[in-house]
Amino acid sequence: MSDAPDYGPWEPVIGLEVHAQMLTESKLFCGCSAKFGAEPNAHTCPVCMGMPGVLPVLNRRAVEFATRTALATGCEIPRIARWARKNYFYPDLPKGYQISMYDEPLAVAGGVEVETPEGTRRVRLTRIHMEEDAGKNVHDAHDDHSLVDLNRAGVPLMEIVSEPDIRSAAEAADYLRSLRAILQYLAVCDGNMEEGSMRCDANVSIRRRGTTELGTRTEIKNMNSFRSVERAIDVEIRRQIEVVEGGGRIVQETRLWDADRGQTFPMRSKEAAHDYRYFPDPDLLPLVSDPAWVEEVRRGLPELPAARRDRFVRDHGIPPYDAAVLTARRDVADYFEAALAAHPNPKSISNWIMGDILRLVRERKLDDALVITEWPVAPAALAKLVALIDDGTISGKIAKTVFEEMVAGGGDPASIVEKKGLRQVTDTGAIEAAVDAVIAASPDKVAEYRSGKDKLFGFFVGQVMKATGGKANPQAVNDLLRSKLAG
Amino acid sequence: MSTKNPTDWTIAEARKSLEAGETSALDLARAFLDRAASVEPAVHALLERTTDRALSDARAADARRAKGERGPLLGIPVVLKDIFATRGIPTTCGSRILEGFVPPYDADAVERLSRAGAVLVGKSNLDEFAMGSSTENSAFGPTANPWDTGRVAGGSSGGSAAAVAAGECLASLGTDTGGSIRLPASYCGVCGMKPTYGRVSRYGVIAYASSLDQVGPFARTVADLADVLGVIAGHDPRDSTSVPAPVPDYAAALDGRVAGLRIGVPREYFVPGMAPEVEAAVREAIERLRSLGATIVEVGLPHTKYAVATYYLVAPAEASSNLARYDGVRFGLRKAAADANLLDMYRETRDAGFGAEVKRRILLGTYALSAGYYDAFYLKAQKARTLIRDDFAKAFAECDVLATPVAPTVAFGLGEKTEDPLAMYLSDVLTISVNLAGLPALALPCGFDGAGLPIGLQLIAPAFREEAALRVGDAFQRATDWHERRPPAPGAAKGGAR
Ligand SMILES: [Zn+2]
Repeated sequence: MSDAPDYGPWEPVIGLEVHAQMLTESKLFCGCSAKFGAEPNAHTCPVCMGMPGVLPVLNRRAVEFATRTALATGCEIPRIARWARKNYFYPDLPKGYQISMYDEPLAVAGGVEVETPEGTRRVRLTRIHMEEDAGKNVHDAHDDHSLVDLNRAGVPLMEIVSEPDIRSAAEAADYLRSLRAILQYLAVCDGNMEEGSMRCDANVSIRRRGTTELGTRTEIKNMNSFRSVERAIDVEIRRQIEVVEGGGRIVQETRLWDADRGQTFPMRSKEAAHDYRYFPDPDLLPLVSDPAWVEEVRRGLPELPAARRDRFVRDHGIPPYDAAVLTARRDVADYFEAALAAHPNPKSISNWIMGDILRLVRERKLDDALVITEWPVAPAALAKLVALIDDGTISGKIAKTVFEEMVAGGGDPASIVEKKGLRQVTDTGAIEAAVDAVIAASPDKVAEYRSGKDKLFGFFVGQVMKATGGKANPQAVNDLLRSKLAG
Repeated sequence: MSTKNPTDWTIAEARKSLEAGETSALDLARAFLDRAASVEPAVHALLERTTDRALSDARAADARRAKGERGPLLGIPVVLKDIFATRGIPTTCGSRILEGFVPPYDADAVERLSRAGAVLVGKSNLDEFAMGSSTENSAFGPTANPWDTGRVAGGSSGGSAAAVAAGECLASLGTDTGGSIRLPASYCGVCGMKPTYGRVSRYGVIAYASSLDQVGPFARTVADLADVLGVIAGHDPRDSTSVPAPVPDYAAALDGRVAGLRIGVPREYFVPGMAPEVEAAVREAIERLRSLGATIVEVGLPHTKYAVATYYLVAPAEASSNLARYDGVRFGLRKAAADANLLDMYRETRDAGFGAEVKRRILLGTYALSAGYYDAFYLKAQKARTLIRDDFAKAFAECDVLATPVAPTVAFGLGEKTEDPLAMYLSDVLTISVNLAGLPALALPCGFDGAGLPIGLQLIAPAFREEAALRVGDAFQRATDWHERRPPAPGAAKGGAR
């Protein structure tokens, strides 16, 4: 949906690795709550603290969530997926290894459709695998030591790895938005990058347009918003172009995005050079996929964003861009359809949602929630408001006033119109009287208008509306003014 | 009933006395605690004597019996290898690195023993993290063999074997990763069983090599083993590798009949360098089984020669990962100088906390899993493991149970092999294949050498057919009296008690 920047003769080649935290009740290998916001280490037990002798027990729900994601992105589910240990030392990793998947992931060979200015593109997925999250080190509480919070340790993650199919920073952000929409439709991840429930690393390289060989890539980490992803990748592409055009070579390395300075910096090589010594986890059995169960999960999939967008275009005559905005979130699309069910004016309802409703949603950060429940006005109420415009009870302009009233105090739009006396005046007699009064009060302006200053027409409309408290039917005002001023 | 001292009893004898009201669990607990107090200075089988716990367990068992409850282990004094997590009781795994660690949970096997009313007398010594064949790798000093305190008890569950042999308990639990139950059982002249992998939960058992570790019992007789195994076996949802298969009534399977049974003797198990007295005793035991009506067939296990090498890749690889959690962050030992950074803390803690053998195996395993070596070592070892497993499958097409020696020699002297890790590793040459194949195997005494040291017979059964090995072992004990011998009072003169 964004414009492609011009990188001259260079073509960026980008692949993304997305870590999505799954919205299961409990952790991946123990019964502890996976919820956020508890006191440090409140959601821990011997298993997720890595105490001696305890063993992981798989949360089947997480497998279901990952399988839904895999099926929604058209992945194949291999017969066997195997848990593997990724070994490294860090205080937030209680066992000294992370239980992940390595050469036998849960799902392979899928794809995500991305809207670009050139149309819909499919970004292929290499694989989806499951793994447990690490805890969190807290460094700033004390001068001489750090603290460890293991509430997040063991929370289930999906790692969704794309092929290097992305060709611009903007497209990377669009891919992420499409992926997030899918995850949210599936209710498997809330997709909040700022809070870290969806994280993204990017592999970036450049090559001359028209060539097919891949350049040396760098891995960019530490991007924690859609905007960061877009900026960081764009900055990295330009850095690589500058290096190559200056006769230099790209070094394969991990670089960290510094949002404040707007630059990427190489990570110390010691931190990046890991041999994780992956091997199959002997404490867990391999996941053997049951085709009947996979089919059951597939049948339970909801309508996905792309399908819903196409349906909105087809059935409701909504322009593709608008349909994409409406379907980017499942709850927004649900809202649209709920309002539409109460009053079938798709165009107008869509405009209200894309304008006033989504503005308020953003202002109030309601979209932080996986599912918006506290709408500024209920879909049925919005439908009634649009109905009042459509049957001529109020003008579009008065509707804005009624809307503000609904947002501020709630209530039914029809009663607000009655109580505040906002009903549109369509009585030509009353409007005619106001028109006459305005003409009589401004002889100079009338003369000017008649001598050809057409622009003054707006002045007269304004004066009449003012005199009628904005309630006069704008069409009637226009018609009467035009005939009376014509003399 | 018996005029023997209670500490010389079997579980069956103790149960008879308890059920007849001739003794109480409290009497038994006191007798075994007293015995432990007198022999421990010479044997050092235990790292901790849980006196208060033993007395309260015993009172509880007597109360349950008074209410009419009965059970094979109700009121029976037991010892746990200090590798089992015990709620509220320090659990060291024979290592300094777990200094001060008190688990907030019980291992599954410990819970099952508690539910059965067993009385916990103490926690036993072991090679650090179960890595060793002599219990000399314990950070808290070696365990001596009750038959000759100048010799090792075997390992790694040496404390559990010696505790049964020395009369400090009637049964104990150990773990067996490469022979760690069977070898010390053989050296100490008691019975020990490594059940099928997955038969007993590993939950709460401090991991050494997860794909090989298995919990099993020690006792004086095969019939006693069957009682303990019946209590600790069974599916546990907390261990994903524990198998949800029904547990047979092991005690009921001991019908004394071996007639018609085919007993396989693998030719590869009579290795060069085997002590002639060991080979003679085992061959004689096999002849005894033939005389009891079994058919003896020679079988081949051609990949046996790869077992030790395979084991020393698989087990250290898993151990290098399993032992990563001992980092000084959350529990146990932490060593860090005032100006130490994170890496310093890791280094100092692990350097001070782990002994030489543990470090050696962590290094071995880390190497085997490293990029560029994984295929040549770890993967190749997994392939060899498959071949070894297939060997057994083929052998069990021709026989019902395999009979072999447990070890090439009797117990060796303390300090004799500590400087030669490879010689030490070869002590397990006849037990390791069973772990690689995940099979059940029983060790029981089948004779004594000229110096009066016990010799062990190993009976290997197909997976989840523990009762087959137990039936043969029990039939053998009905016909022989090797299991009735008791070591001299430890600390007394060296030599046997003939
Ligand atoms: Zn937990």
